[in-house]
Amino acid sequence: MTATSLEAPAAKRFEPKNLLRTRELGIVLALALLIAYTAIDNPRFLSGQSIRDNLLNTAILAVMATGQAIVVITRNIDLSVGSVLGISAFTVATMMSTNPGLPMIVALLAGLAVGAVAGLVNGVLVRFGKVPALVVTLGTLYIYRGITYSWAGGSQVNADELPRHFLTFANDNLLGIPWLVLIALVVVGAGSLMMRNYRVGRELYAMGSSPAAAELAGIKVARNLLGAFVLSGALAGLAGVLYAARFGTVDAAAGTGMELNVVAAVVVGGVAVFGGSGSVWGAALGALLLTVIGSALAVLDINQFWQQAIVGALIILAICADRLVAVRIARSLRKRDAHV
Amino acid sequence: MSEARKRLTSWDSIILVLTVLVLIIASLSVDNFGTSRNFTFMVLDLLPIILIALPMTMIIVTGEIDLSVASTLGLTSSMMGWLWNQGLSIETIIPLCVVIGAICGVVNGFLITGLGLPSLAVTIGTLALYRGLAFVVLGDGAVADFPWNYTGWVTGTIGGGAVPNVLILIVVLALLFGIVQHATPFGRSLYAIGANAQAAHFSGIRVARTKFWLYVVSGAVAGLVGVLWTLRYSSARADNGSGLELAVVAAVLLGGVSIFGGKGSLPGVLAGVVLLTALQNALRLEDVSGQALNIVTGSLLVLSVLLPNITTAVRGNYQRRRLRQAASR
Repeated sequence: MTATSLEAPAAKRFEPKNLLRTRELGIVLALALLIAYTAIDNPRFLSGQSIRDNLLNTAILAVMATGQAIVVITRNIDLSVGSVLGISAFTVATMMSTNPGLPMIVALLAGLAVGAVAGLVNGVLVRFGKVPALVVTLGTLYIYRGITYSWAGGSQVNADELPRHFLTFANDNLLGIPWLVLIALVVVGAGSLMMRNYRVGRELYAMGSSPAAAELAGIKVARNLLGAFVLSGALAGLAGVLYAARFGTVDAAAGTGMELNVVAAVVVGGVAVFGGSGSVWGAALGALLLTVIGSALAVLDINQFWQQAIVGALIILAICADRLVAVRIARSLRKRDAHV
Repeated sequence: MSEARKRLTSWDSIILVLTVLVLIIASLSVDNFGTSRNFTFMVLDLLPIILIALPMTMIIVTGEIDLSVASTLGLTSSMMGWLWNQGLSIETIIPLCVVIGAICGVVNGFLITGLGLPSLAVTIGTLALYRGLAFVVLGDGAVADFPWNYTGWVTGTIGGGAVPNVLILIVVLALLFGIVQHATPFGRSLYAIGANAQAAHFSGIRVARTKFWLYVVSGAVAGLVGVLWTLRYSSARADNGSGLELAVVAAVLLGGVSIFGGKGSLPGVLAGVVLLTALQNALRLEDVSGQALNIVTGSLLVLSVLLPNITTAVRGNYQRRRLRQAASR
């Protein structure tokens, strides 16, 4: 913290909002630099098609990152999201190929439902089994994926088996904005609104800051936690439908390893792994940054194999930055106490 | 509950009995399970899990975790292929690969103990980083022309009999780690750290230094396993060992080590590894597909953290009832 913030009145000095603002500002700056650098190298990076592709790819990741951010804010983690995407994408693709007449909204609801059930299982195990979310969701990551594999085997649903309206959904738009992006905006917006302005959102932050205190304060911890996991699962399920519509070809491996990108987006977006701070909005920005890095690598003609290494390096950098902020807060707190 | 009874119903004993039961049932009911050929395969299958589980047990006992081990293995395998293509001799490459693994561990250890970052988040980060670097080194190709006498040693058996060569390695390392963990002050200090790191620090245990070296050892062992994996399949690939961290963590937790630290024993973990491998082997002989086996591993992982909690709850109930009975008498 700077000297000016130390002179500010005590009540405002440690306003967490200011902190978050600066952290999200960091991502925006990184994003601007990256885009500027890539665009100078290759101006086509700023073409309508390129921007559209980036936004479409971000949409799926941002929907998942919204759910993940909410879970991580409560000091938990959901590693099963990649497998939930897979099982939902395959379920919906199979459903649509056998019943081509079903409207898109049914597909979206079915994906949400499949994901919600998977999330509910996670939530029940975490809360009532009293076991860490990391272990539970690492386990269900493999269980859900295994279920998809034993159901699908080596088979896949191809684009030509899917009804046209399902496939064109990914490219159709409303007032020039693709449906996929619109859905992502609604999800991120609703998630942000809930976490910032509604009681349940503030309760989720409280649970992440201090689980014991939240329990003592009469917050319905069990209900909220179940809700967070169901939400994360449901959004991963929704992402599965969007994935199937965008790519058309779905096999049992859909979304494998995606949990890493989702966790990276959330952590890079400034959500602390120890819960209690960060925002859904930041997580969505993290998703955008990761996607843009991916496409920038291709445009800059850098070996695409660097992508995963960069994701890893970014996760570590973000955790370091997070730690730095925490250490500074602790130091300025000590200083203040010394003055009193 | 009496001491003897407590001992018999402890998680370690339950898992040991369960392992023996699975082995007996599988030998009786699954064709080819009890053959010496299958025994060799099983030992080769459990080799990577058991070796990585040795340092992982220590790390989890101190209350930390290392999810980057499988990626370290992949990076080592890639480097092995790359170095081999550069024309280095295999005798130089093997120790070099163990050092590369150890360096991965140094990075983890520094980030976790030097900067004080949470091990879970750090090793999720290095999981992606090391795997990414593995692909940067070797792309999606493979290097396969390793010398026959080395690949043959890893897959071979002593004198062509039923005992695989690598079993010697497993026994030696398991004994070494077992002695360090259960019969030295260092091993005892790991439990102290896991039970209460702050108290351990104030009683003179160098908590940060201990954890740092555990990560270095974990990385070195993952590097060694990277070498053995490459030689076993005679193929250096960037995606070697993908997802192995789950099997290792599952086996360690199944063996009765608490994810919260401070509890667990190596014999329990060894039983956990054997149980996991035997179960997978038997199911594979019964033609269950490899990917579907993930359901078994995942379920065992969830059950192994769930069951101890349930048994404690049941035990607590039992004790309360006895106290009530004693009071009413």
